[in-house]
Amino acid sequence: MGTPRVLWSITKKCFTVGVITLTVSDLFASIVPVRGASMSPTFNPKTNSLLDSLSDDRVLVEKLCLRNYKFSHGDVIVFSSPNNHKEKHVKRIVGLPGDWVGTIYDVVHIPEGHCWVEGDNTASSLDSRSFGPVPLGLVKGRVTHVLWPPHRVGTVDRKTSQNRVSSSSSASKF
Amino acid sequence: MRQWRIIAKEAMARASIIGKFLCLLHVTDAYILSSNHVLGPSMLPTLNITGDVVLVEHLSHRLGKLGSGDLVLVRSPLDPKKTLTKRIVAMEGDKVTFSLDPTRSHSSRSLVVPKGHVWIQGDNAYVSCDSRHFGPLPYGLIEGKAFMRVWPPSSFGLLGE
Repeated sequence: MGTPRVLWSITKKCFTVGVITLTVSDLFASIVPVRGASMSPTFNPKTNSLLDSLSDDRVLVEKLCLRNYKFSHGDVIVFSSPNNHKEKHVKRIVGLPGDWVGTIYDVVHIPEGHCWVEGDNTASSLDSRSFGPVPLGLVKGRVTHVLWPPHRVGTVDRKTSQNRVSSSSSASKF
Repeated sequence: MRQWRIIAKEAMARASIIGKFLCLLHVTDAYILSSNHVLGPSMLPTLNITGDVVLVEHLSHRLGKLGSGDLVLVRSPLDPKKTLTKRIVAMEGDKVTFSLDPTRSHSSRSLVVPKGHVWIQGDNAYVSCDSRHFGPLPYGLIEGKAFMRVWPPSSFGLLGE
């Protein structure tokens, strides 16, 4: 029984599986946990049910949208934080390049190549209202489905707030 | 019937080897080393206007080992589909002094690079569109560090300061 040979073949298998998983999660889709309540009630709603309070939501993030960076209003995206590239945030796109977005204090113009993101839970969300428009190059994927907990499995819908955004395109895509 | 099964099995085996190779190629290209064709006048005289092929390593920026003077490939903040090649002039926390219009030497501004950002400029200050126009660049847009040029053969070698 050649133990070094068995070990080597196990190592090769692990390496192959690792490489394939990394490629699939980079180019197609991956499953990520969502922490925090900034996207409540879409993700992590703090209800009293046991399953909700036990663990974070797991969502499916698709990477095919990164081929041509075409997003629509209301898409939920995962992006690297502009202030700390190691952190990733999950928020909803409220404004696309060329839009004018109304905040409490003024109206912001979204420059080319950037987007305006906000969390669904406006009371406790650190988003574009604090760090400004986010370059689209920082977007790492789009959330399409909730996969955990089981009773909330389903697609993540687009939700737009027409009254706060003046869009340069004549009709928002749905 | 058995002929088809044997052929199908062999086709699957071949396809899986090719698939594994392509995955390995992607991982190497994205996380370790890649070659990129860069062109444009904004990095003269370091890089040629007609285009060079440079080797880009993708480890330094993940390990936080980038510093000022490094040539980096970044995703453009103005168009996420374009990749720019520029030099890091200042890291976060540094004070950077720059003039928007090099032909008028008496107009210059200073600012401190905010946390999580870097200041990039092209070596050819007259035609480069860089941080002087679009502001500090978020660190997350950096894709890799160009350290060596492999084409044209006459300028083969390491890219330094």
